[in-house]
Amino acid sequence: MTKVTIEVNGKKVSKDVPDHTILSVFLRDSLNLTGTHVGCDTSQCGACVVHVDGKSIKSCSTLTVDINGLKVTTIEGLVKDGKMHPMQEAFKKMHGLQCGFCTPGMVMSAIDLLQNKKNPSDTEIRKWLEGNICRCTGYQNIVAAVKEAASKM
Amino acid sequence: MKTFNYHSPKDVKTASKLSSTSSIFLAGGMTSIPSMKLGLATYKDVIDIKNIKKLSGIKVSGNSVTIGATTKHAEVASSKEIQKKIPSLSKLAGGIGDAQVRNRGTVGGSIANNDPSACYPSACMALNAIIHTNNRKIEAKNFFKDMFETVLKKGELIEAVEFKIPEKSNYQKHPNPASRYAIVGIYLAKHKKEVNVAVTGAKSVVYIDKDLSKALSSSFFSSAIEGMELDSSEMNSDIHASADYRASLVVTYAKKAVEAC
Ligand SMILES: Cc1cc2nc3c(=O)[nH]c(=O)nc-3n(C[C@H](O)[C@H](O)[C@H](O)COP(=O)(O)OP(=O)(O)OC[C@H]3O[C@@H](n4cnc5c(N)ncnc54)[C@H](O)[C@@H]3O)c2cc1C
Ligand code: FES
Ligand code: FES
Repeated sequence: MTKVTIEVNGKKVSKDVPDHTILSVFLRDSLNLTGTHVGCDTSQCGACVVHVDGKSIKSCSTLTVDINGLKVTTIEGLVKDGKMHPMQEAFKKMHGLQCGFCTPGMVMSAIDLLQNKKNPSDTEIRKWLEGNICRCTGYQNIVAAVKEAASKM
Repeated sequence: MKTFNYHSPKDVKTASKLSSTSSIFLAGGMTSIPSMKLGLATYKDVIDIKNIKKLSGIKVSGNSVTIGATTKHAEVASSKEIQKKIPSLSKLAGGIGDAQVRNRGTVGGSIANNDPSACYPSACMALNAIIHTNNRKIEAKNFFKDMFETVLKKGELIEAVEFKIPEKSNYQKHPNPASRYAIVGIYLAKHKKEVNVAVTGAKSVVYIDKDLSKALSSSFFSSAIEGMELDSSEMNSDIHASADYRASLVVTYAKKAVEAC
């Protein structure tokens, strides 16, 4: 057991966790933040992407104790004053999702892309999203959504 | 996943003292955590080495670039200094896996793991790298033993990898479309006195192709290796590529690498 203190979506949480607790499990089961999805559970599909200190990572392959003292942002943390994040708005507007399973990871990953590159080309968007797999194969509209968000952010 | 005790030592000495026959060093966790989850391996102690400051960072000297073991692929990809001194190394790091793997995965983890299709081992071989551990310095050509096996002893920690700056170099990868690991990857480096063609993905472990290296040492043009037929008897054969196809990819990508220099 280790006592961890992590800032999740702007709020500090302190909890005792078994050392082998995976971050995605901690977010979903201990904090009830079920917006972070788990697909492959072995760092391949990107459904579990969250931000740690502003950078996108796969929460299914990260230990909770490993990020003790850091800041985590999940899909739930994007809404400000009841308003969706421009990336969420863009996914909605451009039909960037079908079943929605991959969407939280796509959105978190795409936001990190725009932090690195303001106006990415289609190729750059596709290359960046290599780690995010969509079973509904909605990639065209996902790319269109990221472009739309880039024009608004 | 089975339970374990997590340790986060601040220095190398404590880390190596904590290690035992049932411990593992944790760097980016991109390989080790999934394999623990899948039950492929279980450990009593997990020793996180990311909080050891000395193990991270990039240093450039006259003839070499030294990268700390826990330096992440994303840092190598975006380092202005490496882009200037060995641009092919930044390119290699920027092409590993995906953005999230690059935000966590490390140089030390990649070479300690010695996946037969990993990218970094080929850079180590072609750039005559020296692997600095807490006990000794190991030349790359003596470091990679076999599939997922290196000469590292239990408790031996990689501290940094020192790459020699070549005159020219290039990395070309035929990636697996899903994982981006190399089905075949060629790291070509032209040093003052020799040319090294390191090959990953083709056999059970990274190697220097002697024939290609020799041909390019006498004439550094892609025509020097045009149509060369390599022995494919020891090459991997799987659903992605047959041994003969891999042998042909090695020559094709070596040519591309020369042309890109
Ligand atoms: C989806 C995906 C795609 C990938 N694609 C590629 C690719 O295209 N090309 C490529 O080259 N790689 C690829 N990788 C591998 C990745 O780049 C990492 O380098 C690799 O997973 C191991 O690095 P890590 O830092 O995560 O190490 P960990 O998983 O933490 O550790 C791996 C092993 O190395 C040992 N170790 C770690 N650091 C040290 C040290 N300093 N001294 C001694 N032992 C140490 C650990 O004990 C463990 O046994 C991919 C991985 C994933 C998950
Ligand atoms: S659930 Fe984490 S990458 Fe698939
Ligand atoms: S929208 Fe269904 S998996 Fe992507």
